[in-house]
Amino acid sequence: MYDFELVKPSTVEEAVKALSGDEAQPLGGGQTLIPTMKQRLAMPGTLVSTTGIASMKGVSASGGVLTIGGATTHGTVAKEAASSYPGLAAMAANIGDPAVRNRGTIGGSLANNDPAACYPAGLLGSGGTVVTNSREIDADDYFQGLFTTALEEGELITAVRFNIPEASNYQKFEQPASRFALVGVFVAKHSDGVRVAVTGASEEGVFRWTEAEEALSSNFSPDAISGLSVDASGMMGDIHGTPEYRAHLVNVMTGRAVKAAG
Amino acid sequence: MPTVSMTVNGKPVSGEAEGRTLLVQFLRETLGLTGTHVGCDTSQCGACVVHVDGEAVKSCTMFAAEADGAEVKTIEGMANADGSLSVIQQAFQDHHGLQCGFCTPGMVMSAAALLKDNPKPSEAEIRDYLEGNICRCTGYHNIVKAILAASGQEVTPIAAE
Ligand SMILES: Cc1cc2nc3c(=O)[nH]c(=O)nc-3n(C[C@H](O)[C@H](O)[C@H](O)COP(=O)(O)OP(=O)(O)OC[C@H]3O[C@@H](n4cnc5c(N)ncnc54)[C@H](O)[C@@H]3O)c2cc1C
Ligand code: FES
Ligand code: FES
Repeated sequence: MYDFELVKPSTVEEAVKALSGDEAQPLGGGQTLIPTMKQRLAMPGTLVSTTGIASMKGVSASGGVLTIGGATTHGTVAKEAASSYPGLAAMAANIGDPAVRNRGTIGGSLANNDPAACYPAGLLGSGGTVVTNSREIDADDYFQGLFTTALEEGELITAVRFNIPEASNYQKFEQPASRFALVGVFVAKHSDGVRVAVTGASEEGVFRWTEAEEALSSNFSPDAISGLSVDASGMMGDIHGTPEYRAHLVNVMTGRAVKAAG
Repeated sequence: MPTVSMTVNGKPVSGEAEGRTLLVQFLRETLGLTGTHVGCDTSQCGACVVHVDGEAVKSCTMFAAEADGAEVKTIEGMANADGSLSVIQQAFQDHHGLQCGFCTPGMVMSAAALLKDNPKPSEAEIRDYLEGNICRCTGYHNIVKAILAASGQEVTPIAAE
């Protein structure tokens, strides 16, 4: 790993200032960035740690919206969102393993936008807002393809807001070695319709399966989607699964999520 | 080089660390505490698990400077004050929960973190909690038995999964 300078600000203002420097980059829990740096695939000059910024930590719910600070760990979300948004808390509780969840943060996960990560499905499925130091980005505008988001250089995710649905569930078919999603589907039943977000499957990253959303909005049961299928072209293919296999799993996992959401 | 200070196994320590110095390098190379192992480069094996402020973390995936001011506990701090094995360590020995022993420091630290939160875990909860600790030797059954025993529960024969 190349050397760099680590700075540990205690406020968002200090962090934003440090991020304006040359080759500066945020450091959340490091659970993605540190392995990447070990492989010399990233070589920041300065890392700006978010974990000491108190205002970027914590979980709160009011008026049908769950707000999570950008530096909040998956482990904290699993515990603290359990009563207000159990579907999302259960998703967070199943990311990686306990030690990863004790360090990894929501801001790091959403900034990274790994095509097989869980939070992108959780946010796109819920609907909501990414709050940064300078603006608010609607979830539907935020994800822009593999490892690509609407964030600008040096922009910091300070909080994330989720619309809490009436019922929800996330089903992850795990890739057993990495424990990421081979296919993961987040289903959320809101009063004004159903949202279905799929991760792990598409070459374009997380996406909404709108055909299933329409079918489920009029009939929230696994039967409603049994005749639907996603097109295998555009699905990822690798040694873990062909595009056809992933396309099939999208339907199966959506059905399971609908059944579990009840 | 910046200096970092922390408490390791109850003792205040400090030493120099570059930005890139990992906590595991600081423990092993600066402090000479080689009980914490490095089994991979990808944050997946869990041989390096230690406790930082009471929480299990992968010390290969945290910079030493991030643990500045923290309380760190490693496998070297697990034995009883008189040097005898702690309940968890003794259970690993009694139930043959290790073969080569490479994964064992991480297994013991993860087990201790689990039992702190959940003193009587079920077999399924133990297996789930150990998801990030990989063992190439034992096939896990005896590790699960050891943790059941350490929690004071009956160790029933565990069917292979
Ligand atoms: C063994 C293992 C298993 C895993 N399994 C899963 C899984 O099943 N599902 C899953 O979804 N993830 C999984 N992960 C990834 C994990 O969730 C990471 O914690 C997460 O992807 C990145 O979060 P982080 O806080 O560690 O970010 P970091 O690694 O610190 O940073 C990642 C990127 O985000 C940027 N960044 C960090 N914080 C912010 C911020 N507040 N604002 C803007 N940019 C920011 C960084 O500059 C960097 O580019 C796994 C990781 C490991 C090691
Ligand atoms: S050395 Fe493998 S996870 Fe830390
Ligand atoms: S005992 Fe050899 S790796 Fe676990």
